[in-house]
Amino acid sequence: MLLEGKYALVTGASRGIGKEIALELARQGAHVAVNYAGSEAKANEVVEEIQALGRDAFAIQCDVANSDSVTAMVKSVTERFPRIDIMVNNAGITRDNLLMRMKESEWDDVINTNLKGVFLCTKAVTRPMMKQRSGRIINIASIVGVSGNAGQANYVAAKAGVIGLTKTVAKELASRGITVNAVAPGFITSDMTETLTDEIQSAMLSQIPLSRFGDPKDVAGVVTFLASEASAYMTGQTLHVDGGMVM
Amino acid sequence: MADVLERVTKIVVDRLNVEEAEVKLEASFKDDLGADSLDVVELVMELEDEFGMEISDDDAEKLSTVGDAVNYIKSTM
Repeated sequence: MLLEGKYALVTGASRGIGKEIALELARQGAHVAVNYAGSEAKANEVVEEIQALGRDAFAIQCDVANSDSVTAMVKSVTERFPRIDIMVNNAGITRDNLLMRMKESEWDDVINTNLKGVFLCTKAVTRPMMKQRSGRIINIASIVGVSGNAGQANYVAAKAGVIGLTKTVAKELASRGITVNAVAPGFITSDMTETLTDEIQSAMLSQIPLSRFGDPKDVAGVVTFLASEASAYMTGQTLHVDGGMVM
Repeated sequence: MADVLERVTKIVVDRLNVEEAEVKLEASFKDDLGADSLDVVELVMELEDEFGMEISDDDAEKLSTVGDAVNYIKSTM
């Protein structure tokens, strides 16, 4: 196991990619705080699955866009766990629309959760990690943050922002033994992508050299690598997990 | 309770790896004691723990010398 005895906090971990990340970290030996925004029942299912593996786990509600809520979440986690070794910023939403039709509220919602949320959570865990002189922060960006994507101006701007934030925080915290990296998933089958039409799905498939959609497990494996000692000499990087879509 | 200056001095010596004699009231963390911005952030974190208090970001920015820190801590006690 790569993460025996480590303590992790994963945001947006009640379903989709976040759920798989939480489970995979646990399979590798980590104890996991499972953050959710709304789906308490699903978060509790994830917690039970992790506990069944013999690890400590608990669900914790928090809207990552709200600074008081984030501060309270990290405080609870540090009270429950002796340390926070791994922070995975995964929570995200979409409000897709063409730029010309995008409402200001759609822009704000996505930026607040997907970009400001990463800032707030990262800032909050930095304190315990600096004291520990070690830590792994892993931000879930998106390949569209690198390539752009019509209909997702808000989401793309937020994810590109996360990639820039990753590089900057990596530079600021490197001297304290904290690494900060990002993962940019491509087309991964999840609740968030199931809403896309068949037409869009087949158009996207034609652009993927490995000619299949990704599975949440594909992302979770790379996150585990970044959380482990195997990636000790990497920081500020964005790893594309997209079947070769963007090179 | 040990003197505030004594407790602050101990933390500064540990954190910044300086000699106790260098930690004078007028000594600037950055200019005289070789701290970088992140060191000062850490120093403030340790002072918070040592004295069981919270120092807001706005207040923390004003603490540039050992004396600033000692006076700030005394003013909140």
